[in-house]
Formats: sequence, structure tokens, C-alpha cells
Amino acid sequence: MILEMKNIQKSFGGVRVLRDISVCVDQGEVVSIIGPSGSGKSTLLRCATFLETVDSGEIRYEGEPAVTTDEYGNAHYAAPDALRALKRYYGLVFQQFNLFPHYTVLKNVTDAPLTVQKRDKAEVHGTAMELLRKMGLEDKASSYPYQLSGGQQQRVAIARALAMRPEILFFDEPTSALDPELTGEVLKVIKQLAVEKMTMVIVTHEMPFARAVSDRVVFMDGGVIVEQGDPEAVFGAPQQARTKQFLQTYQR
Amino acid sequence: MTFSTMLSTMAAGMLRTCGIFFLTLLGSLPLGMVVCLLRKSKHALVRTIVKIYISIMRGTPLMLQLLVWYFGPYYLFRLPIGGWRFPAIIFGFVVNYAAYFAEIYRSGIDSMPVGQYEAAEVLGYTKGRTFFRIILPQVVKRILPAVTNEVITLVKDTSLAFTLAYSEVFSLAKQISASQTSFVPFVIAGVFYYIANYAVAFAMERIEKALNYYR
Ligand SMILES: Nc1ncnc2c1ncn2[C@@H]1O[C@H](COP(=O)(O)OP(=O)(O)OP(=O)(O)O)[C@@H](O)[C@H]1O
Ligand SMILES: [Mg+2]
Repeated sequence: MILEMKNIQKSFGGVRVLRDISVCVDQGEVVSIIGPSGSGKSTLLRCATFLETVDSGEIRYEGEPAVTTDEYGNAHYAAPDALRALKRYYGLVFQQFNLFPHYTVLKNVTDAPLTVQKRDKAEVHGTAMELLRKMGLEDKASSYPYQLSGGQQQRVAIARALAMRPEILFFDEPTSALDPELTGEVLKVIKQLAVEKMTMVIVTHEMPFARAVSDRVVFMDGGVIVEQGDPEAVFGAPQQARTKQFLQTYQR
Repeated sequence: MTFSTMLSTMAAGMLRTCGIFFLTLLGSLPLGMVVCLLRKSKHALVRTIVKIYISIMRGTPLMLQLLVWYFGPYYLFRLPIGGWRFPAIIFGFVVNYAAYFAEIYRSGIDSMPVGQYEAAEVLGYTKGRTFFRIILPQVVKRILPAVTNEVITLVKDTSLAFTLAYSEVFSLAKQISASQTSFVPFVIAGVFYYIANYAVAFAMERIEKALNYYR
């Protein structure tokens, strides 16, 4: 089990955004999270990546505890050093890419492996070029982000995350900021990663993509998991009324 | 007095003006960053103190501040006046300009998209590395036009040192003009300030161009 999140609770100023959410992700599994706007999908990913702190619940990576909760229901985070060490397990791809504009494509990909992980320069450079080749961007290594299309920028962001050698990769609506004609190229590389058995959790509004790529689909609404399971089951024969209603809005 | 004696007398003043200018930048550019970081401190007391300091520096005339730094020790502690004319001038300029630069840095830092911090955090950068590798280089580019404005103001503000009878170019121009009943010294001073600012604008434009490799 790479990721275990148990009984996660999170409120923003009294508004309960995550109500007792539990998700586990196995090695090699691809999990898609779908649901209406405001249902808490991003918040869940941000809690998993420690960009937000949970109010209560448990988070473990590879069995190592990041957050535990005492008998009074208060969350306790591991010491800062321990939390930083856990970052090696995961990567996150943002909706807005968040590339570093002052670094070249290559430096975007190599900087963290070199300065944070202190890996060997030649090895990191080789790994980065390999990843850029895989993303179809080997000729863009010395370009700056502003010189790239959105789809290319997002593929650089994926390469940057993969260069850290994460065990699990989170995506928060990786194609939502892209023009429709550019989503395909990004979805294609994610599909390729799925074929290679990369463990991934993908928040997306691309239903056909979620259905095709996932091992499991999770439908969230109002801060709870309403329904989850095999994509064919969830998309083909949803059990819950809310799931049916939500999926209908995507069919015309 | 011939034109060339005027010019050579005033050249010494120009040198002193340049001295104030460069020493002020040397002190206030880094001090401004310290002030800015304290202004963003976790501790409310530190923040409040720094806020008051900035508002006094910006809310009172620099000329008055120079007088306070120079005569203050006498009125407060009955220390003999003199001996610290130049240090008082530099100190006054540095602490005043540091306040302005601090606010410029702060607006630059606050304008950075939060996604830059989050991307760095997820990649495991420490707070310090995030600031120095990711945030600061981009902030420098963003604030350059505002810094240019401030530096140009500084060129002209150096003339305020005349308040403490320091013979920089403006004081000299006034003196020579009065003793020679001539308008020429003012023209010389004006041309000097103009050329100095032209050089500043030129240098800053070069720096802006050098940072244009990304957007
Ligand atoms: N930092 C925050 N402060 C206050 N409220 C927040 C914050 N972040 C999220 N929320 C609220 O939490 C709720 C869930 O937001 P979240 O972004 O997780 O939804 P989402 O499922 O990702 O939606 P979308 O599909 O629009 O991205 C929303 O009502 C949102 O307004
Ligand atoms: Mg979201």
C-alpha cells in the first residue's frame, strides 16, 4: 500500500470540505477522482501532499505515518524532517503547471533532483533528457517555459515531477487549463505512464479518459466519497442517484 | 573666477555627491531586504515595530531626518556636535532609503503567484532554498522599474545633504553662485544631475534587458 488516507476531516472556516474520507492506493494502481466543482477533490490532493493540513485523520506513505490522530480526534503531524523525507514518495502535477519561468525546461526538471536530492549530476542530466524524450520535448530542453504551449508546459511539469522518482503521482485537473486541442497530448503521456504501471491519482473532468485509464474511479460529492469501483461499473451502471445525476451532465 | 576654476571646484563636490549616492545604495539595498523580511516576520511585535519605522521614514521629510541624526545626539545626550557630519548623512540616507526599498521588495514578493511556492514545496525545497532559488530571482525582475524610479530620486535627493552644510555639488553651486554673483554654477550642477540620471537610466535599462531572457 503506497498511500493510505483514513477518516480525513478538513474544514475551512467552519465549512466542512472533507467529511471522513478514506482512500487507499496500491502499487501500480491508477485511481481517478471525479465529482462536481467544490466537492473537495483538490482539497483531498492538497491534504495528501501536505499543502493543506488536515483537522483529523491518518495519512501514511508506504506504511510510514505522516499524520496520526489521538483519541480526542486531533491530528498530529510527523516532525518537519520526517515530513520532508516523505516527500520523496510523491509528486504533484498542478492545473496551472507552476513551472519555474526563470529556468530552462532542462533546469526545471533537474534542479530539484540536484539541489534537494543531491543526486549525481550526470545521472540526473541523463534521466531528465530521457524523460523529456518520453514527453516528446527533447528539442525543447533549452527553451524557457514562456516559449512553450500549455500542453508542452504541462508535459514539462510531468517530467519535472517524474525526475524526483516518486512512488505515486498526483494530478489535479492536468488538462483543465488547456485549450481543447492540447488536452490530447497530455492525456496521451498520462496513458503511457499508466501502461508502465506508474501509480497515479488523477482528479479530472475528462470522463472518457478516466474510464479508459483508471483501475478504479472515485466519485466525490459534498466532501464524501459517494461511490467508487471499477470504471465500467461506475460509468456503466452507477449505483447511487447522485452519481447518475452527475454523469448525466456529461452526456449529451 | 573662470569657468574652468568653477568646474574644478565643483568637481570635488560631484565626487562627494557620488560618494553619498553609492554608499547609500550599498547600505540601503541589502538593509531594505532585511527590513522587508522583518516586516513579514511571524512575530507581531517585530512586524509592528518595523511598520512604525517604515511609516516614520516615509512620512517625514528626509531633510528633517538628517537634522535629527546630526543634532539629535547633542539635544538628547549633550554630546558635542561635529565629527559625525558625513556618517550622519550616510546613516540618514541609508535608513530612509532602506524603508522605501523594503516596501518595493515587499510588493514584489507579495505579487509572486502562490503556485511557485507550492511547486517548490512539493519538490522538497526548504524555505530558504525556495526564497533564494525560486522567488528572489523573479522578484528582482518584477521590481526593477520601481527600483529605477527610487534610484533616480536618490540622485536628486543627495542635494539634501546641503542641510548639514556638506559641500556636495549643490551646496557648492549655491556658495559659488552667491560669491561670484553668477548663474553658471547652477547650470553646471543641473547638467551634472541630468547626466548622472541619464547614466542611471542607461545602466538600469541594461540590467532589465539582461533579465529579459524569460517572462
Ligand atoms: N483555502 C481555502 N479557504 C477557504 N475555502 C476553501 C479553500 N480551499 C477550498 N475551499 C473550499 O472548499 C470547497 C472544496 O474546494 P476544492 O477546491 O477542494 O473543490 P474541487 O472539488 O477541487 O472543485 P473544482 O472541480 O472546482 O476544482 C469549496 O467550497 C471551496 O470554496
Ligand atoms: Mg479542484
